[in-house]
Amino acid sequence: MRRIVTWLLSTVSALVLLFSYHTSTSSSMPVSAQAPTTPGTTGSSSDSGTGSGTDGGTDAGTGSDSGSGSAGTFTGDAVMTRFGAVQVQITVADGSITKSVVTQVPWTDRRDQEINSRAVPILNSEVLSAQSADIDMVGGATITSQAYIQSLQSAIDQAGL
Amino acid sequence: MTKRVWVEHLMGMPISIHVRSSDPDHELVDRAVAAAYAELVRVDQWYSTYREDSWVSRVRCGEIALGSCPPEVQDVAAQCARAQEATGGAFTPWLPDPDGVVRFDPTGLVKGWAIDRAGQQLAGLPGAAWSVNAGGDVLVGRHRHVPPTGADAAPWRIGIEDPRRPGTIATVVPVSTGGVATSGTAARGAHLYDPRTGQWVGRSGSTTVVGPTLVEADIWATALFVGDADTARRFAQAAASCSAFSL
Repeated sequence: MRRIVTWLLSTVSALVLLFSYHTSTSSSMPVSAQAPTTPGTTGSSSDSGTGSGTDGGTDAGTGSDSGSGSAGTFTGDAVMTRFGAVQVQITVADGSITKSVVTQVPWTDRRDQEINSRAVPILNSEVLSAQSADIDMVGGATITSQAYIQSLQSAIDQAGL
Repeated sequence: MTKRVWVEHLMGMPISIHVRSSDPDHELVDRAVAAAYAELVRVDQWYSTYREDSWVSRVRCGEIALGSCPPEVQDVAAQCARAQEATGGAFTPWLPDPDGVVRFDPTGLVKGWAIDRAGQQLAGLPGAAWSVNAGGDVLVGRHRHVPPTGADAAPWRIGIEDPRRPGTIATVVPVSTGGVATSGTAARGAHLYDPRTGQWVGRSGSTTVVGPTLVEADIWATALFVGDADTARRFAQAAASCSAFSL
């Protein structure tokens, strides 16, 4: 079961990194009803676009020994990000995630289309990471990507992992 | 042990409740979870700065004095004052609005306090362990008769997000009872106020505090993130039951 979470986490990582890339190319403040604005301050994510999301395709199909349990399709809550509504859907069969898709993505302008045309295929081919994240809940600072954490938490909630 | 999950959107964030017990479908569980959410709705109605008719908003706009509010609101204000003193001013309920006017804003304390109160509604569930996740701050508890060393009391593993790599987990904190609060700016930019400099903190990273209650963990997470060596010294002396780490 834990591997499902790991798999989901690596999937999420890829999407967020791509979104982070978008963040760094934009100068506007994140949309957040509760974020006090500070003149001249922009988001601080600067290490965009590096890291995971490049090893898609290898090693897929591990984790088949994770036992029975959850099965079916679980959809995280749609959350508003500054890029639009984002929603993650995972399909679980016999305790393993067989499919993960972003079911709502913004397609409002050319840049969004570029980002999402890259993000979605990577998401759908992202593989199970070797180490187990092994988590029950996702904690962290309340940040712009809070919306995304919540989508991950939401998918965990929906799957009852 | 079976786990059952609820999610409601309150106070501007999704709040997840997970209950582990041998019979999570029991009517008592439904009732306790409904009571926990109801308490959060009530707290939001009383304390939200986004509701014009909340007690806090009425104090903020000068319509009524704090002394005219219900005793609970005055008690929350007193808790805020104690937190301000304990943290040497690194935590404060006096925050500048976007218009620059400093007004009473206890919401930095109310969130953790409210989740603790919601947890009290779950604490009486026989044989149950539970966890509440409110926008990344997590409270964990179990019935007092659930043996602390038994399988039923297996710690909840709280993954803390890496503030520099959103979406990835930097570390995992196993918790059986208590609160795990994280403060930081990360990708959202400055949203934490340093009352001693009058500036919004813009540095990256995050500070996580694990403590016996979520309100205590949350106050210190905020204070330590915006604070300095003096804050850390106060934390070591005043919050012996808490532990902290920064990412």
